Amino acid sequence: MKITIASGKGGTGKTTISTNLSSYLAIGADVVLADLDVEEPNSKLFIEGDLVFEKACDKRVPRWIKEECTLCGKCEEVCRFNAVIKVGDEILIFPELCHSCYACSELCPTGSLPMIPQKIGELKHFKTENLDFVEGRLDIGEEQAVPLISQVIEYVDEKFSQDTIKLFDAPPGTSCPVIEASRGSDFVILVTEPTPFGLNDLKLAVETMRVLCQKFGVVINRHGIGDNSIEEYCNAEGIPIIAKIPNDRRVAELYSKGELIYPKIQEFETALKQIAEFVGGIK
Amino acid sequence: MKEIVIISGKGGTGKTSFAASFAYLEKENAVIADCDVDAANMHLLLDADFRYQEDFYSGEVAVIDEENCVNCGDCKEVCRFDAIHVTDDQHRVDPISCEGCWYCSRVCPVEAIDMKTQKVGDFYLSMTKAGSEMVHAKLGFAAENSGKLVAKVKNEAKKLTLANKKEFLIVDGSPGVGCPVISSLSGADLALLVTEATVSGLHDLKRVYRLVKSFNIKSACIINKYDLNADVTKEIEAFLEEENIILVAKVAYDETFSKALSQAKTIIEYGDSNLKTEIEKSWQHIKNITKELK
Repeated sequence: MKITIASGKGGTGKTTISTNLSSYLAIGADVVLADLDVEEPNSKLFIEGDLVFEKACDKRVPRWIKEECTLCGKCEEVCRFNAVIKVGDEILIFPELCHSCYACSELCPTGSLPMIPQKIGELKHFKTENLDFVEGRLDIGEEQAVPLISQVIEYVDEKFSQDTIKLFDAPPGTSCPVIEASRGSDFVILVTEPTPFGLNDLKLAVETMRVLCQKFGVVINRHGIGDNSIEEYCNAEGIPIIAKIPNDRRVAELYSKGELIYPKIQEFETALKQIAEFVGGIK
Repeated sequence: MKEIVIISGKGGTGKTSFAASFAYLEKENAVIADCDVDAANMHLLLDADFRYQEDFYSGEVAVIDEENCVNCGDCKEVCRFDAIHVTDDQHRVDPISCEGCWYCSRVCPVEAIDMKTQKVGDFYLSMTKAGSEMVHAKLGFAAENSGKLVAKVKNEAKKLTLANKKEFLIVDGSPGVGCPVISSLSGADLALLVTEATVSGLHDLKRVYRLVKSFNIKSACIINKYDLNADVTKEIEAFLEEENIILVAKVAYDETFSKALSQAKTIIEYGDSNLKTEIEKSWQHIKNITKELK
């Protein structure tokens, strides 16, 4: 079972729900939580564990071998991303623009552009008493999160059995990184808050999930702080509301310290129980 | 003209509420750009009128002409994005996975693959209730290339600011540290970092600041919800001092943010509050900082 926890808007409580839900579920099942918000990974702040594995993650980019190159210009011609440019008798490569499509490398008549790995981030695997936690962390200055996200998902898929509950903490937004984090999952939990910003971004996230033909439901966080428009929207659209977590300053305070919420706040635990029951009933 | 880019690393720190309040205070003297094209919100608080719309095209997607395709599989073999699949004995492209690299179309022996330009979003020019012009956009569902749309929003806003001789360009940036943020930051005079007194807020502030630093942009910071956690606030202040980042304000945890938002009002319009006073002082402080910049 693979579940992605996502939201259009940032700061609605994705990480709070991911970390608490994984810890809560791990009491009675095998659970792995993967932090796919590789631009700003936060889950580790809430989970203390021992590092059991780490590796550098890379993407493949071409390297120019001058000696064999005939300067025919084919590489520049085939690259759609302006990552390979011929200037005089030099071939210049801009790795940050490269999408690793291999066209320049494989269409080069002399094989002068082999693809070599370039580091873009790190993967770390931690273990607590009953929870596995995997984190992807993009190097600062790297633009493309997607290749790293897909490597973290691949690692989780290889390392853990079908029976393990896999939770993915997704990045905010609705573009490529979120799609990568959601498309292979059995279910997506969209976390929102009852404000016009929350509603606006929820609608975007819902449309994205529909384009992906993805099953999803909504958790309303900070319930009571704004208005009823989220509930009205979900009801009109036939979207299941899985749980409503009451607005509570104590949650913000515990979160600020990097602490788990459910051991201390009953209402939060109740909401987790509802989410767990809902998720248990999928498929 | 001074360009102020407001970013936060972490989402939900109040970035857009601050940006919209500053825009409201500065009225027609500023141009506003919402660079959070993934989840654009500023138009809600500033009552943008969407007076001009333009389709935004970026990137391409492969389309297989099934009449002429001989199903040799060469395309599938070279595709590094797993975008070509065989269904009902026919090779087909999954447009969401396709990166638009053209490799498949170049190797197709019967030239049965066309590359079609894709509309990835909408670009807008609006007037706001503050009397300012605003440049914004909406990325298409499940679309890519948000960095390019951000760059378009920024460039158009900059042109507008210069052409109309406005004093400020206020940019609401996107979360994270990847391609949209990099596009948001390029060319900024001042980066205003909005953080919150939580361990995540501090963690994300440090990461996004490394990016800002690499661009060599002058930085200032607002600590939101400073009273949630005194220890973290101290740590943030120490970090700011060490990095020579100007502390503009410490703002208390305040549900006025959400309440004003629920009425689609900026904090300034919502009525007199401590928060309103804090924001007015902050904007004055920020303006003073920009005066000292070359």
